[in-house]
Amino acid sequence: MTRVLDVENLRVSFPDAGGRRFYPVDGVSFRLDRGKTLAIVGESGCGKSLTSLALLRLIPPPGRIDEGSRIRLEDTDLLALKSEDLRQVRGRRIGMIFQDPMTSLNPVFTVGNQIAEGILAHLPVSKTQARDRALQLLQEVGMPDAPARLDAYPHQLSGGMRQRVMIAIALAAEPDILVADEPTTALDVTVQAQILEVLDQLRARRGMAVLLITHDLGIVAGRADRVAVMYAGQFVEEASTSDLFALPSHPYTQGLFASVPRISGPVQRLAPIPGTVPPAAAWPSGCRFRPRCPKAFEKSHTEPPMLPVGPGHTMRCWLAEE
Amino acid sequence: MTPVGEALHRAWHTPRGRVSAGILVAIGLVGLFGPPYLPDPLAQPDILAGANLPPGPSHPFGTDQLSRDVLARVVTGARVSLAVAVLAVGLSMTLGAAVGLVAGYWGGGVDAVLMRLVDGALAVPRLFVLLLVLALWERIPVIALIVLIGATGWFGTSRLVRGEVLRLREEAYVSAAEALGARRRRIIFRHLLPNAMGPLLVAATLGVGDVILLEAGLSFLGLGVQPPAPSWGGMVFDARAVLVTAPWAGIFPGLAITLTVLAANLFGDALRDAVDARGR
Repeated sequence: MTRVLDVENLRVSFPDAGGRRFYPVDGVSFRLDRGKTLAIVGESGCGKSLTSLALLRLIPPPGRIDEGSRIRLEDTDLLALKSEDLRQVRGRRIGMIFQDPMTSLNPVFTVGNQIAEGILAHLPVSKTQARDRALQLLQEVGMPDAPARLDAYPHQLSGGMRQRVMIAIALAAEPDILVADEPTTALDVTVQAQILEVLDQLRARRGMAVLLITHDLGIVAGRADRVAVMYAGQFVEEASTSDLFALPSHPYTQGLFASVPRISGPVQRLAPIPGTVPPAAAWPSGCRFRPRCPKAFEKSHTEPPMLPVGPGHTMRCWLAEE
Repeated sequence: MTPVGEALHRAWHTPRGRVSAGILVAIGLVGLFGPPYLPDPLAQPDILAGANLPPGPSHPFGTDQLSRDVLARVVTGARVSLAVAVLAVGLSMTLGAAVGLVAGYWGGGVDAVLMRLVDGALAVPRLFVLLLVLALWERIPVIALIVLIGATGWFGTSRLVRGEVLRLREEAYVSAAEALGARRRRIIFRHLLPNAMGPLLVAATLGVGDVILLEAGLSFLGLGVQPPAPSWGGMVFDARAVLVTAPWAGIFPGLAITLTVLAANLFGDALRDAVDARGR
């Protein structure tokens, strides 16, 4: 198994109105292996999108990645790169698919043009070659009637087609790692399945590592090799997908499962998790899930580290000790 | 179709857009191709018997006090007025867009310095600067006049473009292009500028009307286009003395100014509505 990305203790901070910094991403560590998919699951506001942006050093100022964070891309220290080297990483080694295909395409240019942009930014090819390659990519992502779509403007395409274009753009320079931030959130359910299928095929065919960011546990099942559940800027549980679905251990993960409706089994009321994710400027002390946790006890006032639950299965909860 | 093309298309499909564009195109075509079919605008065929003739079959717009054909002078004047307007506006839009893009994209100190300079420049009355330079520079060549008007007219445009860039920078497709590893130059010229073109085009169209008025005003004061070359403002000035006895010498160039400026403003309005409608 080849390791392609190694993230250690990633912290992203923003200043508040008084200039004090708070940490929407607070000590996240994970690894990506060639040909494997890691899913990060969490509610909005948990820091999962910032985590993905940090991988490309696209945190908007005044936000920053804080000292002590480490992002290694094989042999490259991503956080030490200067602008031109950084540009070479973006798109070439890490490709990114954005959440909303409606706004992530430039309305002024044809889709062929925008796919070619990614190719020309990194590969020494002529414009004609880039165009041929753009057509291949469109076919690869399953765009119906690809030759005709090459000269279409974004507004002439449906949401699903636009997301296929976004994927083609992310793949343009053949990255080793694909980061997909909520790739299907803006799409109809039927189209969601198609897009996920396309991503899965591409991963298998090209041996890419995929980081899938989502709030939807349903997407994770059957797609990801490993799952990390994120809450309040930290991972709270990490396991292989089958282990996590068989034995969700952290009270937050259990809460997520309980709030998802099931097709089989007896009809019950859904059990939502009470309250909302606290704001990043005011993470609770001790265990951050404590205020919403039905199982909180005295020890929850001390912040737990990631503790082993089983082989390759960890969680950030003192209950793991029992 | 690109948004700019779409906006032009939409503006063309409104009554006022079509009428005003038609007028502008007609004036431009007549100015461009008309002069060979008309008398020499500088010729003074008969300064005694041919001066101040009322409009008639041989001189549709009459003649002025030097017996020159007013129609020929109005048509030739269109060349000068439109050329000055279009080139000066082109220059000021280019300068304004460049400064606005730099300020908006780089932000921070660069932005602060550029925008304070613009604030300062906007506080200086443009007409005074122009009058000062023109008073010191006798018989100014038309090209220098164009540069002067263009170089003093971009301040508002730079603010407009900066505002657009600040908005566009937050667009997901700009982040997407950055995530793709697109070069900075490419982001500026391919993602920011084309999407700011709509408002820029509106400003340019309205600017054409302004510059025609400005040039006419300067020429009226004898500081713009130099006689005997015909210009609308200069013709109105020349006709001042005979305004009661031979009003046609002043009325026709005056009408030309009014019609052109009106058409430019109407088209600018139609275009603005069309650009705004894009978001709806």
